[in-house]
Amino acid sequence: MNAPLPSDPLDAHIARRAADRPPAVEVLSAEKIFANGTRALAPIDLTIAEGEFLTLIGPSGCGKSTLLKLIANLIQPSDGRILWWRGDSGQVGQDGRGLAFVFQEPTLMPWARVDTNVRLPLDLADVPRGKADPRVSDAIARVGLSAFARHYPRQLSGGMKMRVSIARALATDPNLLLMDEPFGALDEFTRNKLDDDLIKLWWERKLTTVFVTHSIYEAVFLSTRIVVLAANPGRIFRTMTIDEPQPRGQDFRDSARFAAYCRELSTWLAEASLPSASGATP
Amino acid sequence: MKPLLQSETFVRIAAPLAVGVVLLAVWEIGCRLGSIPVYLFPKPSDIFASLIKNGPSLLRALLITLRITLQAFAAAVVLGTLIAFMFVQSRAIEVSLFPYAVLLQVTPIVAIAPLIIILVKNTQLSLTVCATLVALFPIISNTTLGLRSVDPGLASYFRMNRASRLKTLVRLRIPGALPYFFGGLRISSGLALIGAVVAEFVAGTGGRSSGLAYEILDAGFQLDIPRMFAALFLITVTGVLLFGAMVGLSKLALSNWHESELGAEA
Repeated sequence: MNAPLPSDPLDAHIARRAADRPPAVEVLSAEKIFANGTRALAPIDLTIAEGEFLTLIGPSGCGKSTLLKLIANLIQPSDGRILWWRGDSGQVGQDGRGLAFVFQEPTLMPWARVDTNVRLPLDLADVPRGKADPRVSDAIARVGLSAFARHYPRQLSGGMKMRVSIARALATDPNLLLMDEPFGALDEFTRNKLDDDLIKLWWERKLTTVFVTHSIYEAVFLSTRIVVLAANPGRIFRTMTIDEPQPRGQDFRDSARFAAYCRELSTWLAEASLPSASGATP
Repeated sequence: MKPLLQSETFVRIAAPLAVGVVLLAVWEIGCRLGSIPVYLFPKPSDIFASLIKNGPSLLRALLITLRITLQAFAAAVVLGTLIAFMFVQSRAIEVSLFPYAVLLQVTPIVAIAPLIIILVKNTQLSLTVCATLVALFPIISNTTLGLRSVDPGLASYFRMNRASRLKTLVRLRIPGALPYFFGGLRISSGLALIGAVVAEFVAGTGGRSSGLAYEILDAGFQLDIPRMFAALFLITVTGVLLFGAMVGLSKLALSNWHESELGAEA
């Protein structure tokens, strides 16, 4: 049962991809110490290949959101560097290397209709309406909300609002999609539905995605690779590669392999949360 | 079709109207039964008769007061909004100037009106200045609060997209501040009217450019109590209409998205 669990981060499949093309993201000994002295992240090394779906998971306080924000260039590392396509992360968006971030909350403008909300990043980038509008309707269609383009956010359910938020991210045609527990506030049924759609979107576009979640099932279902973090200070505990046929669907969720992955990951998470796991790395 | 009594709109109009009719009836009957003389406390019918009789002069006075009120209200909205924009530009500006805005608010207008009336030659203008001072504060404080109350998630989204200060202001801060701004408008419109009337009282201007306050003063001197009440009635009606206009404006602007205007069905 435990046999099909490749835990080597340099899985052959990933290695082949990484050799062909420059990695999408390289985290080079990046460390984060907050102003109050809290060491959120010990120096971390992580390479994310183009087209990977990488999930960060770990006990609370393990710095998974901090790591995501470092990758997004939302905060600066105290030491070390983050590279995007071998370039400086400060130069994103200047050569067609776009990045989109999806928050835990939909963060929509309540006064604006769905299409205006989705167009926001394009408006902020001064994309002319004629060019922006087809991209907006395409993004809305991708998340299945074409019938709701002229609705206001308050008229939508929580899951639909999250779809709008994802459409807004897709409208910029990003190369790198970063998601911080995007479905954490949704019920399990809605979450599974959105996971199904997300994996389809990812597969269609081969969009490099970094995903933060608390859910073991979600992590196993979506990821090509899972990075388990431990806390005090935040560091990489172990990585798990999920080499399963794509695009995945309900049959994968129902499979014995899925259950095995989940069991293994759950054990790792328990280990990562143990006090003995803390401080193992200075 | 729903029965009339269950229709919300009908109840909302009819209920207060019924209360008003009952109150007026009690007032009328009470005055008649107690044979209270008109110069002490006039009956509603006396007031109505006076309203008809003194219609032209009262209407002229109303227009003058209304003009001062609207001028002051407009000035307060423009000035207050500008000041609020200035305040949110930096904490330093707000911290250094906000106490003076409060100072302006707590100083009784009757106390400074004489000074303003002496300093400003033009009577109309001096009255407008007084009323503006009264109406200004709610606009400043509400708009400042609104411009500051930005959804933190949206704010970081704008920052992440490297939105300029101007774009953040136009696309995020201003729409987000609208509900607060309209709240300020409701308070301020009533205060502009009160300010105008109080300033007129203090100025006590005679001659042609005299508003409703002058009508009340003049009627008081002549013991024409029904005319006094008639003028008061017009002030009240004006205030209610102004408030209603602001409510309507706010509904028009916010009905699509803001909780305060969504109504019972949402």
